Amino acid sequence: MSAQAGVADLAPPEATRAGSGAGPAPVRIVVGYGFWIFLLSDIILFSALFATYAVLRGQTAGGPSGHELFGLRHAGIETLCLLFSSYTCGLGILALGRRRMSAFYLCCALTFLLGATFLSLELSEFAGLLARGAGPSRSAFLSAFFSLVGLHGAHVTVGLLWLIFLVAQTAYRGPLDYVRRRLLCFSLFWHALDIVWVALLTLVYLMGAR
Amino acid sequence: MLGKLTWQAIPFNEPLAMAASAMIVAGIIAILGLITRKGWWPYLWREWLTSVDHKRIGIMYVILALVLLLRGFSDAIMMRTQLAMAAGGAPGYLPPEHYDQIFSAHGTIMIFFMAMPFMIGLMNFVVPLQLGVRDVAFPVLNSISFWLTAAGALLVNVSLMVGEFARTGWLAYPPLSELAFSPGVGVDYYLWSLQISGIGTLLAGINMVTTILKVRAPGMTYMRMPVFCWTALCASMLMVAAFPVLTATFGMLLLDRYAGMHFFTNDGGGNFMMYVNLIWIWGHPEVYILVLPAFGVFSEVVSTFSSKQLFGYRSMVLATLAICVLSFMVWLHHFFTMGAGANVNAVFGIASMIIAIPTGVKLFNWLFTLYRGRIRFEVPVLWTIGFMVTFAIGGMTGVLQAVPPADFVLHNSLFLVAHFHNVIIGAVLFGAMAGYYYWFPKAFGFTLHRGLGVVSFWCWFVGFYLAFFPLYAVGLLGMTRRMQHYADLSWQPYMIVAEVGAVVILCGIVATIAQLVISIRTRDSRKDLTGDPWNGRTLEWSTASPPPAYNFALLPRVESLDAFWVTKQRAAANPPEHYPAIEVPRNSANGFLTAFFAVVSGFALIWHIWWLAILGLAGAVMILVAFGWKERIPVDVSAEQLAEDERNRRQGMVPA
Repeated sequence: MSAQAGVADLAPPEATRAGSGAGPAPVRIVVGYGFWIFLLSDIILFSALFATYAVLRGQTAGGPSGHELFGLRHAGIETLCLLFSSYTCGLGILALGRRRMSAFYLCCALTFLLGATFLSLELSEFAGLLARGAGPSRSAFLSAFFSLVGLHGAHVTVGLLWLIFLVAQTAYRGPLDYVRRRLLCFSLFWHALDIVWVALLTLVYLMGAR
Repeated sequence: MLGKLTWQAIPFNEPLAMAASAMIVAGIIAILGLITRKGWWPYLWREWLTSVDHKRIGIMYVILALVLLLRGFSDAIMMRTQLAMAAGGAPGYLPPEHYDQIFSAHGTIMIFFMAMPFMIGLMNFVVPLQLGVRDVAFPVLNSISFWLTAAGALLVNVSLMVGEFARTGWLAYPPLSELAFSPGVGVDYYLWSLQISGIGTLLAGINMVTTILKVRAPGMTYMRMPVFCWTALCASMLMVAAFPVLTATFGMLLLDRYAGMHFFTNDGGGNFMMYVNLIWIWGHPEVYILVLPAFGVFSEVVSTFSSKQLFGYRSMVLATLAICVLSFMVWLHHFFTMGAGANVNAVFGIASMIIAIPTGVKLFNWLFTLYRGRIRFEVPVLWTIGFMVTFAIGGMTGVLQAVPPADFVLHNSLFLVAHFHNVIIGAVLFGAMAGYYYWFPKAFGFTLHRGLGVVSFWCWFVGFYLAFFPLYAVGLLGMTRRMQHYADLSWQPYMIVAEVGAVVILCGIVATIAQLVISIRTRDSRKDLTGDPWNGRTLEWSTASPPPAYNFALLPRVESLDAFWVTKQRAAANPPEHYPAIEVPRNSANGFLTAFFAVVSGFALIWHIWWLAILGLAGAVMILVAFGWKERIPVDVSAEQLAEDERNRRQGMVPA
């Protein structure tokens, strides 16, 4: 719902009709569109790692397999955190659109907390694996696992830092046009990470744990 | 403290490398000294290094490409000389470990730092002008893209003086490129410089796609866009779709080398054919990233100099899009010998052959455009016709190798080397040169000396045939690529002819440099005051040469294909009385500083100087935060200023 609102906000139909000769599009649309293209490229980056993981999934080199390592409960909580953070992020953007600033800050704080919880759960999983001697250099399977999940985690980390920066900027400068454009891009980014996570949950945890 | 970096990294015992390094360092010091003595630094910093103007950035891309063409060509002629000598008992003059670095550097530099910047530079300069707009979608990002590319190029060249370069070929296949077999810093130089420049290329692609799809003059519908914009769009879409795969692949190899992972190693369950698959999923589209803009240049040149509308515009657009899509479906033809099985090989073989169809459509369109046109044999036309002949031959040897059984015979032979030079020189380089000659007057406001341009073309053309056609023959005789020495004396005559060809190409390069120097010295007598020296058809010719920072005082209103041509056919419109004020983006040091920190981090990571790597990364992040925090306020160009510029331009156009 929130994603849809973001997109509708981004693209009034008359200005974005494909191939229209209406002249240069407004900045808001150009920025949003460019960021969409960036997200596409980011998803392709992930797809290369997904493909590698799919190929190397069985290459455990005598080490532990996904069946022995992954717990669905852990992954389930992580998923809930991330999906809810996306929901709060969307609510925040809606609140910003209506200039309800306290609701906006509250939603951003919730988004940050849920994202940080996700990240700490992921790190605790990594720490547990390392403690069992199942680190990334143990086997090709674990190399691919740590890289794929770690890349997603790195994206979440960057997203959280970016969120802090944007909230600080909003507080300091006020919800100016260019700050709002960036917040819109952030929300697109955050939703895209959800999409990647859903694929990741499926391929790595749901298919790996059984 | 300094990681792996010691005095041993400087190749004191290799006189060749030392002499080359000394020459480069002396050259750089001489240039820097000259700039300082003449007091050009403020101008250089203000007008170029921090410029976010797409034209300036495009020109800097092309300068980078031309400089690295010299470096890549030096590598080439060294290899040719070695192979002309090292037959039978003769060892030649290059030891194997040095020779291996040279062929790796040659391929890496020519593809990533010559051909890519050349094409991106042309796109950067031309596309906004052709679309009738004032800049690309994201001007500061554009500057960052360029400087990251330059940072990568710098790191590759540092490897000449400090340490070594990869000995693994231009794609660094594992397991050879893994730590176990390449423990030195060569592969790290390769990987980090390409990671840095690869990010620049990805950002350039995003910028260009957004520009073409969202920032066009009023009335510039898709089907009114010049073909060069279409090819730039397709090439940029390929950059967006292919370069992340390269980043991921190199990232995994880096993790193998730095974190002991097992993606592509022999042990631990790694699979090095995964690397080969991934790298060619990037690599084959890369070929079209390079060649599609060249096709666009030829389309513009053919149409302009035949004084005719391009034949089959729609089929040209469709063919470009078809190539764009098909380019992702053929990667396996680079390694039919992997043994994927007859059916898989057949699918990829047929897909490869299908690409010949849209390419053929293009060739016929160009021929039909020339047919009964009033052709003016200016220098860009020579390159275009030279391309058509050469590329047709290169295409045919390519289709031949798309047949898997034939490929099993020809794989990794010099026949393959001849083929890809046939298409990359014959299409990409010839296209880049055609574009250079075509748009030079637009970029600088004066024309180039024609005679030396003709000499340059014929030297390249003849030199190319002499240098590479012997390789087809000797490849069929069984000579493989990447040999530093061969025992079979019957191959030597071919190698000597190829050496002669390289020397003829050198003459072409010298002619190009001489042409540039002479043209600059006589620029006052070769001024282009009209802005339209070739009687052009597209919008870039409708503004001054060189165009003002804002390109167009009033955005043109496009009503048809070949918009400027159609305007010229009508009576000249009266100049408007009033120009609304416009904004141009302010300069930004962001790109330059980001690239500086990228070089620092890259160098530190190559040599395992961890504290410096962290420092560099922190610096880059700080730049990002600092520039993100400020609001960027554009510079206003007032209505009066615009009106005065336009008046001066119109007065200049009247012959004195």
